[in-house]
Amino acid sequence: MINTYIYILVMAVVSYAVRVLPMTLIRRPIKNQFIQSFLYYVPYVTLAVMTFPAIIEATQSPLAGLVALLIGMAAAWFGASLLQVAVSCCAVVLILELFLV
Amino acid sequence: MAKNNTQKQFTYTMAKSKEVFIEGMKGGIPIGLGYLAVSFSLGIAARNAGLNAFQGFLASILCVASAGEYAGFTQIAAGATLVEIAVITFIANARYILMSCAMSQRLAQDTPWYHRMLMSYTITDEVFGISIGKPGYLNPYYSYGAVVVAFPLWSIGTALGVMAGNLMPLRLVSALSVALYGMFLAVIIPPARKSKIIAGLIVLCFVASYAASYLPVISDISSGTRTIILTVVISAAAALLFPVPGNDCNREKEG
Repeated sequence: MINTYIYILVMAVVSYAVRVLPMTLIRRPIKNQFIQSFLYYVPYVTLAVMTFPAIIEATQSPLAGLVALLIGMAAAWFGASLLQVAVSCCAVVLILELFLV
Repeated sequence: MAKNNTQKQFTYTMAKSKEVFIEGMKGGIPIGLGYLAVSFSLGIAARNAGLNAFQGFLASILCVASAGEYAGFTQIAAGATLVEIAVITFIANARYILMSCAMSQRLAQDTPWYHRMLMSYTITDEVFGISIGKPGYLNPYYSYGAVVVAFPLWSIGTALGVMAGNLMPLRLVSALSVALYGMFLAVIIPPARKSKIIAGLIVLCFVASYAASYLPVISDISSGTRTIILTVVISAAAALLFPVPGNDCNREKEG
């Protein structure tokens, strides 16, 4: 059993390292196109992988999670802000689960 | 001579820092409100991992990373090793490497190291977004203003999520737990509208991630490790098949 504070420390160090190292060390642009492209795609891929199917497992009713996903995607597609998208997803689950659960 | 010029650049950039700081605080308000809602659901994940409210607050004020913290908490809940925690935190936060790279190109060259260190701390999807949107060399005080409003709300929201998660009706917990995914969607969907490659990639990720969590053998691997494998494989394949033209730092600057 690892102490929770050590877990938090590791997370904090890694989270800060990825932000501070490029800013302080890389004074010139990255030239390698593969690394550039890889870094470019990573955020989208990792967030997408973490979103689905986790969203349908987070709610009491998987169907409510699925509809929240679709509504959230539609809201973000049509330019809703971060807060609006998050609230829309929550509202969908709250309303649907009144009937589904 | 050249050094003299860049020094002037930085001094010029730092003019009216107080006003810029206040302007940054204003920009931080809507971000902070969004954070409060989202970090609440992050707090629920923290509670599931056995963190108390103070630990949730501490993790959030130190990491300030939605996906990274979420991935970390999930791994803690699964009793992961420290190496697994470090790797998943790295993968989930890898996009900050890009943002840090982009931001480094927008600082006056003689920006002192302590401003570089502090500016690094301000890099989140949202604060980076409003900071980089400013024209010319960045005045760090704009980002600092946004951060002093938004980051405490992020951390307080996490602590509240830990505390209230077990007091609230299950119905409400269920609804709030999707706020985090809503935030992820708000980050990945707008670029998908502009790029068919990203749109296709997101669909592929959903299918692959769904398949991986139900297929025999693969589904036995921990969810964090699955995320790492899928991210590396799919991103590398995309980088080979659809190389991104030009330099990212420059492109982010224009965008």
